[in-house]
Amino acid sequence: MLDAFFNSPYIDSLPTLFQGLKMTVLITLIGLFFGFILGAIVGIARLAKSKLIRGISVVYIEAVRGTPILVQVLFIYYGLTEDLIGLSINALTAAIVAIAINAGAYIAEIVRGAVYSIDKGQSEAGRSLGLTESQTMRYIIWPQAFKRMLPPLGNQFVISLKDTSLFSVIAIGELLYMGKQYYNVTYEIFETLAMVCVLYLMITVPASIYLRRLERKLDV
Amino acid sequence: MITVSDLHKAFGELEVLKGIDVEVKEQEVVCVIGPSGSGKSTLLRCLNLLEEITSGTVKINGKDLTDPHTNINELRAEVGMVFQHFNLFPHRTVLENITLAPMKVKGFSEQEAKEIAQALLKKVGLSDKADEYPESLSGGQKQRVAIARALAMNPKVMLFDEPTSALDPELVGEVLQVMKDLAQEGMTMVVVTHEMGFAKEMGDRVIFMDEGVIQEEGNPAQIFDHPKNPRTQAFLSKVL
Ligand SMILES: Nc1ncnc2c1ncn2[C@@H]1O[C@H](COP(=O)(O)OP(=O)(O)OP(=O)(O)O)[C@@H](O)[C@H]1O
Ligand SMILES: [Mg+2]
Repeated sequence: MLDAFFNSPYIDSLPTLFQGLKMTVLITLIGLFFGFILGAIVGIARLAKSKLIRGISVVYIEAVRGTPILVQVLFIYYGLTEDLIGLSINALTAAIVAIAINAGAYIAEIVRGAVYSIDKGQSEAGRSLGLTESQTMRYIIWPQAFKRMLPPLGNQFVISLKDTSLFSVIAIGELLYMGKQYYNVTYEIFETLAMVCVLYLMITVPASIYLRRLERKLDV
Repeated sequence: MITVSDLHKAFGELEVLKGIDVEVKEQEVVCVIGPSGSGKSTLLRCLNLLEEITSGTVKINGKDLTDPHTNINELRAEVGMVFQHFNLFPHRTVLENITLAPMKVKGFSEQEAKEIAQALLKKVGLSDKADEYPESLSGGQKQRVAIARALAMNPKVMLFDEPTSALDPELVGEVLQVMKDLAQEGMTMVVVTHEMGFAKEMGDRVIFMDEGVIQEEGNPAQIFDHPKNPRTQAFLSKVL
């Protein structure tokens, strides 16, 4: 029985799929790194005094959240041609940018919510001591808000990781794409896709379990 | 030290302060009393610009708060504020709560700031709590830390907004004692309070506010024993 499994199409697909998984994780992590920076900036801008700055951030957030990520990545990869923007974007860059821009909008809402949830008395205490607005943000509000962001950020990680599977449309070698390549040759569609699922779950399930623990620990 | 003239404050349509004139001299302790919603907190918060001033002027130490050229952060550093709900920073230890502003605003080294903080913790009787987090303190201890935190900036005036209202009755005394010590050392203080005993004993002057105006002011004996304004009389008969 075990022997049958180990000499089976399930196992044979693994080297190829692992390659894809590496790419999936790479796109997700780099994309989310920039997505977090973008989201933090937009999330704070969303609370700015200036109507214009608030307006720009709302437009960005709504535009991204109101369109499918599949359209976004096609737009970035095929829509933004070299003629248009003066540089050519390869598939990997397009994928990372798509995750960053897409997750950035959701993260902006996470950041805004977390910052907004910190009691107003905290910033008043900071300001009354003579700290500037940005010092208050940096030393008082942000550290407290960041803790509250962790669970929803973890959730966003899982969502973005799964979103990368859509990028097989721009022929980037992420997990699903590699799976398709593999079964196109072997025709072992069921076995290959089952293993693709297993590999996604190997990351998403521990992430979810860890998240739930974190949530309980932070008590939010 | 503080001169408030014809101060108006409105939140949208709602006019909360309708022309306030107050003068607070150096080393004076002024207590502000009055019913809920009368604008006491708003007045206090205008004194360090936590509320934007609608019209009128507030001068502290000769600096005009309404002048756009006044450096508000510098001014706030000279005006300590103590809040009803303490507003300690929960992610920082007691010591770090106190050292933050001296380091970031005044540019003190960590060592200097720590020395200041330790001296102040000793003063408020909490030397042993330096490394605790605020959540492990009682309300009275939290408020004493908050006072120490404000004092660490070496302010010229201290503003207190109902500093004992959120405390269990048995914890009120320890906070009032710290405030009394401070008053006796000559700190200029404006105290919004429901503690009539404190106002009577420590106030050089008592201000009774209602409906956004100062209805009556005078020394504690005048206000508490011989109130002239019927509103003052009605208020005092309810709280005393
Ligand atoms: N940020 C705000 N926006 C709108 N209205 C406000 C705001 N802050 C205070 N008010 C209103 O201003 C009025 C005066 O409030 P204030 O807090 O100054 O009263 P107070 O005398 O301190 O009362 P209390 O004894 O209950 O603390 C109240 O009617 C209150 O609802
Ligand atoms: Mg009040």
